[in-house]
Amino acid sequence: MLHSLLLVLLIGAIAWGGATIGLASLFGVVLPYVAVVVFVAGVVWRMVYWAKSPVPFRIPTTGGQEASLDFIKQAKYDCPNTTWGVIQRMLLEVFCFRSLFRNTLGEVRVDDPVNKGPRTIYYSSKWLWFFALMFHYCFLLVFLRHFRFFMEPVPSCINFLESLDGIMQIGSPRFFWTGGLLLVALLFLLARRLFNQRLRYISLINDYFPLFLLLAIVGTGICLRYFDKTEIAQVKVFIMGLTHFSPVGTAGINALFFTHLTLVCVLLIYFPFSKLMHMPGVFFSPTRNLPNNSRAVRHVNPWNPPKQYFTYAEYEDTYRDAMADAGLPLEKQPEKAAE
Amino acid sequence: MYNAKAVTIGIIIFVILFTSPFWASLLGKSYKETGISLPKNEKECVETTDFMRNKHMQLLNEWRDEALRNENRVYVASNGKKWAISLQNTCLKCHTDYKEFCDKCHVANSVDPYCWTCHLIPQGSTK
Repeated sequence: MLHSLLLVLLIGAIAWGGATIGLASLFGVVLPYVAVVVFVAGVVWRMVYWAKSPVPFRIPTTGGQEASLDFIKQAKYDCPNTTWGVIQRMLLEVFCFRSLFRNTLGEVRVDDPVNKGPRTIYYSSKWLWFFALMFHYCFLLVFLRHFRFFMEPVPSCINFLESLDGIMQIGSPRFFWTGGLLLVALLFLLARRLFNQRLRYISLINDYFPLFLLLAIVGTGICLRYFDKTEIAQVKVFIMGLTHFSPVGTAGINALFFTHLTLVCVLLIYFPFSKLMHMPGVFFSPTRNLPNNSRAVRHVNPWNPPKQYFTYAEYEDTYRDAMADAGLPLEKQPEKAAE
Repeated sequence: MYNAKAVTIGIIIFVILFTSPFWASLLGKSYKETGISLPKNEKECVETTDFMRNKHMQLLNEWRDEALRNENRVYVASNGKKWAISLQNTCLKCHTDYKEFCDKCHVANSVDPYCWTCHLIPQGSTK
């Protein structure tokens, strides 16, 4: 945990220091191009790698009752047996995080009145689902809002998003809810790993690092907007230079901006090699994207070797005389077979 | 590769979505300078140029609070000079051209200040 925190702080410090001593073009021009190439190529490579793994059989999950006899009610969303059902399940999964929604928490109640002793009880636990959903949607909105720096003229849908996001008109520049909620959701996801002992036991550096990295990105972003400000018109000129492949000078832009940019680049570079690959990975999940129709359709393993069949008729043809000598019942008697 | 058709479509969608900052930018115009036109007859603003560029919105917010909530109409700048806190009479006295000054950056960066829900947008540009 500490290691990943220190690592993120180190990256931030290097970027900030580098931008201060005049290496801004390294962190602001070279790194973003490298990061975008690594990100896109890396993710495509991982997707192709996954697509090469065969999934010949359906993987039924215990999420719900599969399609069976008419009088047994099927869990349509959790255990579909048609392609349309799978599309519904994927939509629910991608947009509503249904797997997390079904999360339950098991606990041993030491002194339970029903059992008059210890009893294991399970109840619905929606916290992870709620904050995960909040994090992802806020992140999406923040990502979309940043398109005002990439597009000239800014399309009206981006304006609309911003007016919605800053609808409370708090302060100037007005407070954007998504930024604040993003920070809250991230802090919950981190606190969950720190204060739940079982979760803490299984948490590794590759769980903490993306959390701290995202916290640093959100933190620097919020700082740039409300506290240690930089002129966004200049930033837009700089960014538009990058996206038009004719980079302009970095003079006059706050070092904190380059820290923010560097952290985003590190996220992009880290992305294809980390658990963040659940973004394309959710579409590759066999337990989510395959209809559970094992009872209706025969799935044959495609690389099975060709079968060597020896039918009973052939068996009898081969051993007929011996079988007749032993007095075994035969389909065809030796004299008939000879005809 | 299994399910090559679906996976290829997925990869194409991914690449299009995540390179969108580039092509969305290339589809539009380029943005090389703000094209802002400064007042001609005045050299000095309330604070330094850097301060005004980065923090004018915070200054205006502070001015609004001072004038309307604390009834304090005097702002002492960091160089000691005193200014009357008033958008109409102080700021807009020099920055008369709304379209060539305020709008230049605000429109390009999708900033929608709510100054003008109470104040009048300066109409005339005195050349």
